[in-house]
Amino acid sequence: MTSAAPTEALSPDAAPPPSTRPLIELRDVTRILSGVVDTTLVRDIDLCIDRGEFVAVTGPSGSGKSSLLYLLGLLDLPTSGDVLIDGRSTTDMDEAERARTRLAMLGFVFQFHFLLPEFTALGNVMIPMRKLGRLPERQMRQRATEILLSLGLDGQVDKRPEQLSGGQRQRVAIARALANDPPVILADEPTGSLDSKSSTQVFDILQSLVDTQGRTVITVTHDPVAAARCRRRIHLVDGRMVSDEKV
Amino acid sequence: MNLVLDIALTHILGRLRQTLVSVVGVALGVGFTVAMSALMVGSQNDFVTQLIDAIPHVNLTDEQRDAKPQPAAAAFAAVEIHGLRPSEDRRGLRNPAEVIAIVRGIVPGGRVAASLIGQGVARYGGTDIAMSLTGIDPRAELQVTKIGEDIREGSLEALAGAQDAIVIGDAAARKLGARLGDTISVSTSKGLLKRFKIVGLFHSGVTASDEGAAFVLLKSAQILFDRANAVNQVKIKVPDIDQARAVATRIEREIGTKATSWEEAHESLLSSFQIRNVIMYTVVGAILLVAGFGIYNIVSTIVHEKARDIAILKSLGFAEGDMRAIFVIEGVIIGVLGALAGSALGFALTELLGLVKFEIKGGAVEITRLPLYRSWVHYAIAGGFAIVSAAVAGYLPARKAAKVKPVDIIRGAT
Repeated sequence: MTSAAPTEALSPDAAPPPSTRPLIELRDVTRILSGVVDTTLVRDIDLCIDRGEFVAVTGPSGSGKSSLLYLLGLLDLPTSGDVLIDGRSTTDMDEAERARTRLAMLGFVFQFHFLLPEFTALGNVMIPMRKLGRLPERQMRQRATEILLSLGLDGQVDKRPEQLSGGQRQRVAIARALANDPPVILADEPTGSLDSKSSTQVFDILQSLVDTQGRTVITVTHDPVAAARCRRRIHLVDGRMVSDEKV
Repeated sequence: MNLVLDIALTHILGRLRQTLVSVVGVALGVGFTVAMSALMVGSQNDFVTQLIDAIPHVNLTDEQRDAKPQPAAAAFAAVEIHGLRPSEDRRGLRNPAEVIAIVRGIVPGGRVAASLIGQGVARYGGTDIAMSLTGIDPRAELQVTKIGEDIREGSLEALAGAQDAIVIGDAAARKLGARLGDTISVSTSKGLLKRFKIVGLFHSGVTASDEGAAFVLLKSAQILFDRANAVNQVKIKVPDIDQARAVATRIEREIGTKATSWEEAHESLLSSFQIRNVIMYTVVGAILLVAGFGIYNIVSTIVHEKARDIAILKSLGFAEGDMRAIFVIEGVIIGVLGALAGSALGFALTELLGLVKFEIKGGAVEITRLPLYRSWVHYAIAGGFAIVSAAVAGYLPARKAAKVKPVDIIRGAT
């Protein structure tokens, strides 16, 4: 297990430069799904992830990989413990503030593309930008087009999701995750429903996000080949972190 | 375009047919509300106007609201007096000239007509009919009633200066078999009989009056009823109709006999208008409520169908408030479209009703149109109600959409 570099260790009066603070930190996070029988999704996870890391979360099915990712991505709230993004606790944020953090800091890629069927590729990529509303319309359009082109989607910009192939859709989904230039990309089995050629392509893109753009990519995968390409591998069994190796 | 609005539009355009059905539902509600309001308020106003035009605003009679106390009761300090023969009081408003002067003093600018009403029997060629005989001053009477408009043959003015002239209802003339120019005889309970020449026939549409009312000069009536210089009714038109009640109260206080305003005389009628309005707004409310259910239904369907999109939008960083806004806007869009279409429909229906002609048969054929009252207030009320109910109908499923947990949906999909 990585020993977390807790923020408390830093001098409280001197605000630490952002780069020295872990980007995402999990402190003793446990998530229990209450029901007739309580199900423990993840238990006692302590984890620090820094900028520029390429992390694979592996484990058998039902081991809590995706649950961990959802907790990292503020889609779910821990039953106990805390998730800190850029040094800020998220458990005491209100719902709107967590949504805003997701919008600006985190980009999601799921196993299924989850594009909105009524919008074009460009329209889908522009949705998070329009929600954030930081850029004027024309610049949004320009930036969205650039991202799509950089992912090899020239000529597909104005097509609707149903007119695109599976690999293309997944690349549009990645473009959408990148829309607001978030430091973290969270991917949940991004290649799970793709053929091997498209899988390789998508993984190449994820790798380049880390290598050339300095983003943090955390991906859940059960594909050992893909996992092997990541520089840090976290292995979960029954909701507990059993190994955390860095290459 | 605003992103939330954009997404809301794609949702309802994706269910165009169902959206249109919902819009039509709201439009029907709004349209019928507008048309019905125009008709209801129109007919009500028409009725009141006709009523106000036809009747005196304040009617002063020689009656008392309570029986006069007997002089004996004042003379003896007794608790109760039995077997008292009431002193006979000369009926009628004494000194009509003074009464009229007082009334004119109370209602400056008002129109006043004094008359004497009594019962008599008209006879012509062996046929007898009971008549309510009114002695009038024709010129003053024309100013306070609509009898002038009801004259079918001859004229009311022909009464002026003619002591032996009479104007009777057309049905009464038919019953008697008399025509304009014929001479009928009228007798009263005083045993007096006088012959009158028919100088006018009227048709008021009120059967009781057409069959049994007659007008003669006040002087002639005073002779027939043996009540020289007496009147028992003073009809007053006030310049401001809303003052009628106050004027009636004042006149009654100053003169001491009963004065009724038109509102008091038709109290039950006016309250029936309120009941009619309550019924109308209940029916219209029910239509709009059903339309609201239609909107609730479509927005609920969309929320259910778009659960995946809701999940993904939330994972992208949409907050619960944004999700609520999307679905409330969907309801409101349908409501606004429905209100607009309904306003057009309501306008068309109103104009269509305006084209309807009625033939009312009664003596002569009258052609009437439906009375309509067109007001933007009706559009505002119906449209406003539709939009508010649409927003509520959208809000209920929207609340559900806001509570969607993205994790549940995404987990289910993978």
